[in-house]
Amino acid sequence: MSLKALKLTLVKAWPGALWLIIVAGPLVILRVNEITGRVEFVAERVVKLLVGAFLAAFLWGLFRQLSGSPEGRKGNPPPLKRLGLSALIGAFISLKVNALNKSRLFWVIVALCLLFFPLMTSPYALKVATSVLIYIALGLGLNVIVGLSGLLHLGFAAFYGVGAYAYALLGHYLGWGFWVCLPLGGLAAALLGLALGLPVIRLTGDYLAIVTLGFGEIFRLLLTNLDVTFGPRGIGQIAPPGFFGLDLNQTFKPFLEANIGLNPAMDLNKVWIYLIVLGLVALSVKVASRLENSRLGRAWLALREDEIAARAAGVNIAFTKLTALALGSFFAGLAGVIFAAQITFINPPSFSFMESIYILVIVVLGGQGSIPGIILGATIITVLPEFLRGSDNYRLLIFGGLLVLMMVFRPQGLLKRGR
Amino acid sequence: MNFFLELLVGGLTKGGIYALIALGYTMVYGIIALINFAHGEIYMIGAFTGLIASLFFSSLGLTGWALLALVIMVAALWAAMYGLTLEKIAYAPLRKASRLSPLISAIGASIFLQNFVLLTQTPNYLLFPDLASDLPGLSFLKPIAHLASPIQVCVIVMVALILAVLTFILKKTWTGLAMRAVSQDPLMAQLTGINLNKVIARTFILGSVLAAIGGVLIGCATRQIDSNIGFLAGLKAFTAAVLGGVGSAPGAVLGALILGFAESFTAGYFSGDFEDVVAFVLLTLILTIKPSGLLGQKIAQKV
Repeated sequence: MSLKALKLTLVKAWPGALWLIIVAGPLVILRVNEITGRVEFVAERVVKLLVGAFLAAFLWGLFRQLSGSPEGRKGNPPPLKRLGLSALIGAFISLKVNALNKSRLFWVIVALCLLFFPLMTSPYALKVATSVLIYIALGLGLNVIVGLSGLLHLGFAAFYGVGAYAYALLGHYLGWGFWVCLPLGGLAAALLGLALGLPVIRLTGDYLAIVTLGFGEIFRLLLTNLDVTFGPRGIGQIAPPGFFGLDLNQTFKPFLEANIGLNPAMDLNKVWIYLIVLGLVALSVKVASRLENSRLGRAWLALREDEIAARAAGVNIAFTKLTALALGSFFAGLAGVIFAAQITFINPPSFSFMESIYILVIVVLGGQGSIPGIILGATIITVLPEFLRGSDNYRLLIFGGLLVLMMVFRPQGLLKRGR
Repeated sequence: MNFFLELLVGGLTKGGIYALIALGYTMVYGIIALINFAHGEIYMIGAFTGLIASLFFSSLGLTGWALLALVIMVAALWAAMYGLTLEKIAYAPLRKASRLSPLISAIGASIFLQNFVLLTQTPNYLLFPDLASDLPGLSFLKPIAHLASPIQVCVIVMVALILAVLTFILKKTWTGLAMRAVSQDPLMAQLTGINLNKVIARTFILGSVLAAIGGVLIGCATRQIDSNIGFLAGLKAFTAAVLGGVGSAPGAVLGALILGFAESFTAGYFSGDFEDVVAFVLLTLILTIKPSGLLGQKIAQKV
């Protein structure tokens, strides 16, 4: 991009900036004081407004120019060609992944690093790592539904919640342990996925999105209003997963601390959960990548590309949709059980619509249908907020804007799925 | 009996406001087959600009009808600008993309706007001034005040008036004709010389104005607003639009009234906890039994 073109973009940004100032201005610089009930003029925001509006308009124009004229393109637009930072990173990573895929040694090293990660780190880093892994599992589950099959699911957190509540409630009322509840939580979520799938099998695209959203909201409202689930108070003191009936902290901790230099603050139960979720993610990645190239996986892709054509080609639409919903929900259920064990306290807000959106952002950001993309997406979404210690709403503001920008400029995600 | 009538009036008020939002959904869907997920946020922004305008103008000494009219005008103007910007940024570049893209973009826009207002204003509830209860000339409503408060009467009358104006616009003006033409067959409409982008922009403006009026009215009726009101109201209005048949304007009004009554009676005779569940259950039922809605036409999909 030449300097001249850059200058032109700068000049062209003025009308857009002016428009943004007029549109957004009143809500930014005038604030209603909730105590006095009067409108206040917030002077320090004026500069922010001016700079922000101009920057937004300029970047918008720049991106538009770099990604080619959006009006003229058909279907999938070309990647950001010249600036193409994200495209570059994406290409680089996928190149590396492709090259490294063949070397067994690399994967052994990665596996060893991940396995021994808890021994070298702090409890805080372990917690973040466990969250990343749980979100990867969730992302992989939603990927089957949204990324591969093209069914926009907006109530995914409900299935995650089913797993978590299955473990918490079975543990509380019947005293059942983690290992019994893990498959049960997954199955419960899968069954619920089928139960949701049966009535909505005829729906496509946007209707399906709304029904799944409504379903998720019904689930959350029921959790909040029923007494069995302890309502908004939630359930606490959820037991950690067992290890052959041994108390991990008593049995192994002194030995590990003395010989390997384990961080004394580390709770070995959390390490055990980390290892379990690591195993689950490894298994999910394997299952997902095998499924992608199976007959069923091809049927999902056909469904995503064109339902009518898929039907004409002999794909059983009902079966294909139901398996996608059930399998995706199964992953979510498993992740939910582990989440409950890790966090030891769950309540309905953990499974709200916004949680569904986080998981959707992971899938969309990484690149729909791409497994390395999901791993990248989950890592970004979980680790980035830990650095940006701001309010939760800034995060949501950024995610919302990100979803729009991703769709406009790079709908195929950071890591495009090669096919 | 009185209780029943109270619930009826409450349902009618609610339904009327849902109708104002649902019309925006249904018109946009009719023209570009997009669920404008962020429409509920436009309604919320209408309520907030209305609140700011009412506080500002009342501090200048305005009262009564002039204040109400001015507040509605300001809210409608800004909501229209937000609607237009939303269309240009989040939807227009995606006109030719796959169906999933605009929907995800719409969800993103909705989350963005909600948190934008939350961060620039406040995460808490704000008190909305009582604009309609002591309007001059409404004292003749005193005898029925135990059944319907002045604000409820106001809302119902205004909704009816707006619907009449909207029907006129859709049926008798050139813009309305163009909208109906585009919604029947976009390609053919363009061939007859209709500027598609212009019609889409006007649809967004019209929908946003209706939503903003709904926002101001709900502020007057419930006396409190926060940045989350748009999400649930938007979903319910969408339910109403689907109930009546997406793409059909009379259907949206019918659906909204049914939903308003259903909610009001559930809250009155059953339990207020489940008021919000009604809409979703209704939505799921309708979509599984009759996806084309009550007044919608079933359109065969062309290959």
